[in-house]
Amino acid sequence: MPDSKTPDFYHIDSLLSNDERQVRDTVARFVDDRVLPIIAECFEHERFPTELIPEMAELGLFGPTLQDYGCAGLNNVAYGLIMQELERGDSGVRSFASVQSGLVMYPIHTYGSDEQKKRWLPEMARARKIGCFGLTEPDGGSDPGTMKTRAEKKGSDWVLNGAKMWITSGSIADVAVVWAMTEHGVRGFLLEKGTPGFTSRDIPHKFSLRASVTSELFFDNCRLPESSRLPTAEGLGAPLSCLTQARYGIAWGGVGAAMACYREALEFCRNRVLFGSPLINKQHMQIRLADMVRRITTGQLLALQLGRLKDQGEMHHTQVSLAKWNNVRLGLDIAREARDILGAGGISVECCPVRHMLNLESVITYEGTETIHQLVVGREITGVAAF
Amino acid sequence: MRILTIVKHVPDSNVPIKVRPDGTGIDTTGLKYVIDPFDEFGVELAVQLREKRGDVSEIIALTQGPEKAAETLRVALAMGADSAIHLSDPIFESFDELFYASVIAEAVTKQSTPFDLVLCGKHNIDLDAGAVGPALAEFLDLAHVGAVTNLEITPDGRRFTARRRIEGAEEVVEGALPALLTIEKGLVEPRYPSLPNLMKAKKKPLTVLTSKELPGSASHKASAQIAYVTPPPPRPECKFIEGEPAQMAHELVRFLRDEAKVL
Ligand SMILES: Cc1cc2nc3c(=O)[nH]c(=O)nc-3n(C[C@H](O)[C@H](O)[C@H](O)COP(=O)(O)OP(=O)(O)OC[C@H]3O[C@@H](n4cnc5c(N)ncnc54)[C@H](O)[C@@H]3O)c2cc1C
Repeated sequence: MPDSKTPDFYHIDSLLSNDERQVRDTVARFVDDRVLPIIAECFEHERFPTELIPEMAELGLFGPTLQDYGCAGLNNVAYGLIMQELERGDSGVRSFASVQSGLVMYPIHTYGSDEQKKRWLPEMARARKIGCFGLTEPDGGSDPGTMKTRAEKKGSDWVLNGAKMWITSGSIADVAVVWAMTEHGVRGFLLEKGTPGFTSRDIPHKFSLRASVTSELFFDNCRLPESSRLPTAEGLGAPLSCLTQARYGIAWGGVGAAMACYREALEFCRNRVLFGSPLINKQHMQIRLADMVRRITTGQLLALQLGRLKDQGEMHHTQVSLAKWNNVRLGLDIAREARDILGAGGISVECCPVRHMLNLESVITYEGTETIHQLVVGREITGVAAF
Repeated sequence: MRILTIVKHVPDSNVPIKVRPDGTGIDTTGLKYVIDPFDEFGVELAVQLREKRGDVSEIIALTQGPEKAAETLRVALAMGADSAIHLSDPIFESFDELFYASVIAEAVTKQSTPFDLVLCGKHNIDLDAGAVGPALAEFLDLAHVGAVTNLEITPDGRRFTARRRIEGAEEVVEGALPALLTIEKGLVEPRYPSLPNLMKAKKKPLTVLTSKELPGSASHKASAQIAYVTPPPPRPECKFIEGEPAQMAHELVRFLRDEAKVL
């Protein structure tokens, strides 16, 4: 078994601090011991491994960058390495962690009242409470400004109506961060499971992220007290800032998935003897493997520098767009390439590339499609919005 | 009860080891090191004893190794040890487990309060001589039980019953504390150090001792040295027997008798 840094063609390991390395190796071990032995079966049977949640919480994988509330207070590079390792296991497992940390704990921490923070963050760090993030609606996720979910003020309460779609962890969540249009623009609400009028339904027939729960949420005259609104979240910028957090993690995750596929392809080429010699002896195969390493190395460097910028407080969301685009694209391309290299065996879920390949079809779409990120970068360099 | 757990910083067994071309040892460049998995059982056992009993007052982790070995101490601290001792000096570096144990023994004897229980792995995965535990027990004049698979300590903390597997049977050893036990796989399942605990471990006390504090190390030099290291011979090619089951069995017997000559 190769160690957790393979491939590390540019000795990027030496650019990491001891803390960062130790965090990565701890999570790598968890992924090797706990995730990899069960994940193919989960994917095949469309089952999210809920049994891993308490262990992930015990490890401190939820809200790991927060300083308080029982969290580890890691820097963003260490956080990225966690995401890389989780996605080396499976995008579904990484998605769960991304949502819990980046899309639920982050907005509560950033936009929540003290009371909301005290109530939710320690419970969420321990995963005694699970969260989901409801922004996308059935009529077009790329343009959330046109959302139809409405919150209306009635006396001191809010009344919520509408629906959200493609919501990760939707039906297993104890609380949903729901973004709704109000008279004064977009606002965020903490909607608890069991609130009258709030229902959910899982989305079946997925051929991607099968080891992850994806649901629809329905709000039929849900009454919410003012205290469940995130007080300082005003406008679309608030949910978009959450997405910046989660996309940052995905930029690392794409590399993790690529590393898993590369390792399996390399191992296969070492062992597969065709026309008298192992596949690694073939020029064409070497070019394909070398090209994987080229792409992974650029992705690793991109993610690391992005993390350093984030830790210095200098990361711009357009840089996150470029990294999400680049690293998910390289993950998807490498997964497809590895699938092909493995021949017929590559179509079996017993090999990881086909699973990663199918998963990454979701990852390239959610948290802003590849096209949207290209247009974000395009707008940044030209000054013209072309959406 | 004060517990000392000996932990060694060793190359990760999951990573292929390369032998230096001149045969002087293994190539350590880029090699990943981890806490020895058998020593890790000792740390886990110590922490579990504290969780189960009210009388474990202190758990100290001790390592001997280069500067980087502090990472292994940090894992032990994150798992639940209270403080750590790092024996770090180029003079201490050796491939001789007897010498290694003698350096540790000197450090342990210098501690102001004695230990009731000393734990280490039944062997270390790097040198694999299995001598550290018994040698250390000898140097410290402690009772020793090797490769323990089950342990009970009386409520008053004075006596223990340890079980160990021997060829075809299980041996039950009773004795009085203080004692040194080496741990076999299966006694406990080590926990993952959590990320918050890894961060907190940085704040726990860690004492570094060199040959200045442990002058004895200079006098009892290593008695054994590694002459040279060679890589294992390459695995011979696999022979596949094909055909119907009866035919394959026939061919297998013929092969074992006529070619491999083992029948
Ligand atoms: C498994 C999974 C989990 C998800 N989890 C969540 C979650 O937890 N919370 C949440 O809120 N959402 C979630 N999503 C939703 C996801 O964020 C959206 O699917 C995504 O934003 C795209 O929206 P859409 O599917 O409505 O596609 P659309 O926005 O309808 O886009 C359709 C196509 O048009 C392209 N396009 C869009 N605009 C332009 C343009 N201006 N020019 C050219 N092409 C354009 C897109 O790139 C895409 O190819 C999840 C999705 C999946 C698949």
